[in-house]
Amino acid sequence: MSHAPAALETSTGLDNRKLLMWLFLASECLLFGSLIGAYLLYRGQSVTGPCPSDCVIDGVAYEGLFDIPFTSVSAFVLLMSSVTMVLALAAIQRGDQRGLRVWLLGTAFLGLLFVSGQAFEFTEFNREGLSLSSNLFGTTFYVLTGFHGAHVTVGVLILLSLLVMAFRGRLTQAQSLNVELAGLYWHFVDVVWIVIFTLVYLIEP
Amino acid sequence: MTLADSRGIKGPTEREATAEQAGEGTHPGPLEYVKIGLILAVITAVEVGIYYIEAIEDALVPILIVLSALKFTLVVMWFMHLKFDNRVFSWLLVGGLALISVLLVVVLGTLGGGLV
Repeated sequence: MSHAPAALETSTGLDNRKLLMWLFLASECLLFGSLIGAYLLYRGQSVTGPCPSDCVIDGVAYEGLFDIPFTSVSAFVLLMSSVTMVLALAAIQRGDQRGLRVWLLGTAFLGLLFVSGQAFEFTEFNREGLSLSSNLFGTTFYVLTGFHGAHVTVGVLILLSLLVMAFRGRLTQAQSLNVELAGLYWHFVDVVWIVIFTLVYLIEP
Repeated sequence: MTLADSRGIKGPTEREATAEQAGEGTHPGPLEYVKIGLILAVITAVEVGIYYIEAIEDALVPILIVLSALKFTLVVMWFMHLKFDNRVFSWLLVGGLALISVLLVVVLGTLGGGLV
């Protein structure tokens, strides 16, 4: 016989962990908003190449770095990882342990795929001559997307931790809030990429 | 037998009690999540598709921003459950977005940055 967990008594009537996670995400809006703002502020201000798209600076032509089809696939992968994440949550909420493990593993895999794609992109850009100190584009682009990639990496580590807990039987239906909190973080990282993909990659200067 | 049992009133299930303590309503099922995922995939495909259409170059920026906002809204409303959860969580996100929006408008407006 399963017993319902006693409701937490908080002054707000809300779970403090969930409230704290939303407060954290609100503060993350400011972090990523500032980084996106810095990118937009310095967009097209570089006095030397390389550039995100084809450009001519001081009579020197530079071929654009962005590979839109490749980044589109990366964006799609991260978007689909959000779907697998909510499916993992739905699975634990109905007590489906196998479903939880499968979807958590799928989400972590898609997250790793995204980070690998970003590592490949950074390597290619670096080979084309774009470093953190090359120009304003390099600085703002690497800082913005690097911070995002670091967040995705942390998210993957959280997912893998949950996966280990699930395999050890320490993640039960009553603890579905743990998966939901991880999901909130993961979806937030996804919506940040939705904004970055549009403002940085698709909308050219 | 309790009074509630005699009247056929059921207590909260384990899942419902957990949901209640987290300040959330009933979440959608897997099928609805997959439907939202398909819509998101289609919007992304449309975004990339119109990026290559030169005929709508002038309208590209507003179209992309609208599509991006639509994706953002779908994810936060359905996947992050703001549509179903306590309004306090929505206000926290709106607060963060409002703060950074004001900051961006002031900074970009003052220093001359922009979308294009």
